[in-house]
Amino acid sequence: MSIASRRRFQLALLLGPVSAFLAIFFLGPLAIMIVTSFLAPGLYGGVEWTFYPHNFGRILGFADPMFEDFDPIYIAIFLNSIEIAALTVLATLLVCYPAAFCIARLSERWKNFCLFLITLPFFTSLIVRLFVWVLILRQTGLVNEVLLSSGLIERPLDLIYTKGAIILGMTYVFIPFMFMPVYASVEKLDWTLVRASLDLGAGPVRTFWRVILPLTAPGIAGGAVIVFIPALGNFVVPAVLGGAKVMMFGNLIEQQFLAARNWPFGAALAMMVMSVMLIMMVAHVVLSGRRSATAALAR
Amino acid sequence: MQNSIVRLVEASKAFTTPEGGSVIALDRIDLDVRRNEFLTLLGPSGCGKTTLLQAISGFVELDSGSILIDGEDMTDRPPYRRPVNTVFQNYALFPHMTVGENVAYSLEVAGVAKPQRREKVASALKMVGLEGMEARRPRQLSGGQQQRVALARAIIARPKLLLLDEPLSALDKNLRQAMQIELKTLQNELGISFIFVTHDQQEALTMSDRVAVLSGGRIQQLDTPRAIYDHPVNTFVATFIGASNLFEGRLDGDRLMTADGMAIRHQPCDRKISTRATALIRPEQFFLAEDNAPFPTIDVDLDQIVFVGSTFELFGRTAEGRKVVAELPANRRSLVGTMEQTRKARLAYDPAAVHLIGSNMEGV
Repeated sequence: MSIASRRRFQLALLLGPVSAFLAIFFLGPLAIMIVTSFLAPGLYGGVEWTFYPHNFGRILGFADPMFEDFDPIYIAIFLNSIEIAALTVLATLLVCYPAAFCIARLSERWKNFCLFLITLPFFTSLIVRLFVWVLILRQTGLVNEVLLSSGLIERPLDLIYTKGAIILGMTYVFIPFMFMPVYASVEKLDWTLVRASLDLGAGPVRTFWRVILPLTAPGIAGGAVIVFIPALGNFVVPAVLGGAKVMMFGNLIEQQFLAARNWPFGAALAMMVMSVMLIMMVAHVVLSGRRSATAALAR
Repeated sequence: MQNSIVRLVEASKAFTTPEGGSVIALDRIDLDVRRNEFLTLLGPSGCGKTTLLQAISGFVELDSGSILIDGEDMTDRPPYRRPVNTVFQNYALFPHMTVGENVAYSLEVAGVAKPQRREKVASALKMVGLEGMEARRPRQLSGGQQQRVALARAIIARPKLLLLDEPLSALDKNLRQAMQIELKTLQNELGISFIFVTHDQQEALTMSDRVAVLSGGRIQQLDTPRAIYDHPVNTFVATFIGASNLFEGRLDGDRLMTADGMAIRHQPCDRKISTRATALIRPEQFFLAEDNAPFPTIDVDLDQIVFVGSTFELFGRTAEGRKVVAELPANRRSLVGTMEQTRKARLAYDPAAVHLIGSNMEGV
C-alpha cells in the first residue's frame, strides 16, 4: 500500500464511527421527516401515503381548501421565534463579550476557575434550573416579594409568562454556548495590535471598532450561530417560562406531534426551522471559509 | 527652537513582581534626545530600555518625573495623543487590513481625505522599497517586507519622534545588516529623531549618533559609539560593549599592579584619580611582540586559536592564570602557524592604548 492510500485508509478508520452514527441517527430521521412533511395527515394520527404539499401551504399561503384555511399565525409565531432567538444572541453576547475580556486577563489559575464556573450550570438538570427561575419570577416569587416588601411597588409585576421572561431564561441557558467561542477569540487577541492602534493615534473607541471587534468577529459569529440555532427551535424554556401565553415555534412543533397528532404538519413546521438554520450555517461556512482561504493563500 | 526633542527629568518607574516584590525599571533617569538624532538604548534584557521606550510612547506611566516632547509636557498624555510612533518588535501589523490600509491607518484616524491618503501611502511605501504592494495582506509578505510595512506605517504621519523596539531582532543576519544601513539612511532623509532599542551592541555601534548604555534602570553612559567603545566609564560598559581584558589593581606611577603581581603599563595622566583602578585592553590592541620593540608584553599560554575570517582570536592564559583574549589580523598566518606549534605567545601592547577606569565608577 502506498503511503497516500494508507493515510486515506487510516483517515477512513478514524472517521468511520462518527460517520456511521450520524448516518443512522441523524440522516435517517431527517429523511423520514422530509418525506413525512410531504404526506397527508391520517384521520386519527399517522400518515397517509399520498403526496400532499399543503402542509407547507398552511404555513405559507396555499392551504388545502378541503380541510384547512391558510392562517398567518404560523408565520407570526415563526417571526416571533426568530426575534426571540436573535434577542437571545444579542443578550448573551452583551454578557459574554465583556466577561471574556476580563477573564482572559486573569492569571492562569483564576482563568480556569472562571471557566469552570461558566460550565457549572451543566452539572444540574436544565428543567430544575428553569423551575428555579419560575420561583424567582412568579407573582409570589423572590423578585416580587422583595419589591413589595420594600414598598417600591404596590401590586406584583407580571414577570413570568412574558416574552421578556423567555429571553431571560434563554439567555441564562445559552450563556456558556456564547461564551466559549467568544472567549477563544478574545483570548488569542494580540494586544500589541491594540497598542499599535493607540500608538498610531486611534483613541480607545476607534481602536475597538477598527481593531478589537474585527479581530474577535470570528468568535462572535461562531457564538451567534451556536446560540441562534438551538434557541430558534427551543421549546423547553418557552414551555416553562412562557406558559400558555407566549409560544415559540418549538412548542408549536411539539404540539403538532404530541397533542394534535398531525405529524406531517409538525414535520413541515420543523422543515421551516431547518431551512433557516441551513441558510445560516451555509452563510457562516462560506464567510469563515473565505477568511481561512485567504489565510491559506497567504501561507 | 530648543535643541532637544525629548527630555526626561528624573523619570522613575517600579514594577511589582507577582511574588509581591518590586523591581526598579527606571531609576531617576535624565535624558535629552537631540533633534534629528539617532539614539540607541542599549542594555541586557531587564535593564529598563523597553520600559524607557514605553514611557516615551505612553504605554508605561511614570511613578515620578516627567517627559517633555518638543517642549510640551507629555507625562499624563495617553499614547494616542503623543506625536510619537513606534515600530514594534513583532511588527504588529493589522492582519485584517491590507498593506495599504495598515500604512494609511494613522492618516485615516487623523481624518485625512482618501485621495491624499492614497498618495501618501504610495510615497511611504516607495520610501521603504515596497511600491505597489498596497493590496497585499501582511501575511503574504516575508519578515523583512513586514518590517518595512511597519516602518512605513510609523513614519507616514511624520511623527516628531520614531521609536523602534528591537525591530531587527527577528530578521536573519544579512537582512539585518542591510536594514541597519537603510534605517540610518531613512533617518537622514526624514530628518526626525529615532530612538532605537536593542541588546545587540554591534547594531548600536553601527547605526547610532549616540548610544545610551542602560543597566539596573540607570543610564550608565551616554556618548558617541567611539567614545563608549574607547573610553567606557565603568567595567559594566567595558564588558558589555565589545570584548575586553580587564586588570584590576593599584596605581603606581605609570603602572597598575594587580593583586596577583602583574604590572600593566599605561600612559600616566595629569588628572588625579583614585589609587585603585581597572585597566582595559581591547583584544585588537594586542600585537605579537618583535624581539627588541619598546613595548610592554604579556606572556600567555594559548588555549585556543580561532579563525573568524578577517582575524584570528587567541584565547590564552597568563602565568598567573588570568584569561586573556587577543585579536590578530588574519594576514599574519605564518606567525599563527608557529604559535600553533609552541602553544605560546608574547602579546605586546601600547601603554597609550590602555584605558583606565577609576574604581569609584568614574571614568578617566
